[in-house]
Amino acid sequence: MSETKIVDARNTFCPGPLMELIQYMKRAEVGDTLELLSTDNGTVNDVPEWVNKVGHEMVSSEKIEEVWHIKVRKTK
Amino acid sequence: MARQINIVCVSGARERLQMAAMIASVAAALGEEVTVFFSMNALQYFVKGNDAEAEAEGDFGRLMAKNPGVPSFRQLFQQAAEIGDAKLLPCSMAVDLLEIAEGDLDPAFGPPTGLTVFLGKSEGGDLLTF
Repeated sequence: MSETKIVDARNTFCPGPLMELIQYMKRAEVGDTLELLSTDNGTVNDVPEWVNKVGHEMVSSEKIEEVWHIKVRKTK
Repeated sequence: MARQINIVCVSGARERLQMAAMIASVAAALGEEVTVFFSMNALQYFVKGNDAEAEAEGDFGRLMAKNPGVPSFRQLFQQAAEIGDAKLLPCSMAVDLLEIAEGDLDPAFGPPTGLTVFLGKSEGGDLLTF
């Protein structure tokens, strides 16, 4: 069963949120979705760039009350 | 093919170490081949047991020092090595002058390296100096 895990990187600055996402991604199973929470506005563009480069899958990104929620599925 | 990014850390100023560590960690995360060469005032911060804060050279450095959400440069360099296999190399001249013994540096560091070897390995890649 694939899961959704929350990676709470709120109140950390670039490149903290990306680094936290990567650390969790290493431990996740293929098919799992990680939901990154970030208050760093650069994250919304930087994460898709990384996802695209390494070949995972962007699921969604939305800003809810000043917090970015970025979902990424591990594909390999 | 991975891009080769070579970074030379010379300054002991907080802002410069931070920018070098940010570039090293993000480039390593993107799968680039990253090598960081530490010399002069930069190397001392990676001697085991030295957890001194790097001195800010300006207002931005002081601002970063006050904000706990800014990742530490030590942690970012370690992550560069862990997640992207970045090579962290101490300059052999600095190791000798600072009398750093084997095993005294952060374990993420590689062996003391001379300029000739570093320049040979970095040939053709990008070279950034901080």
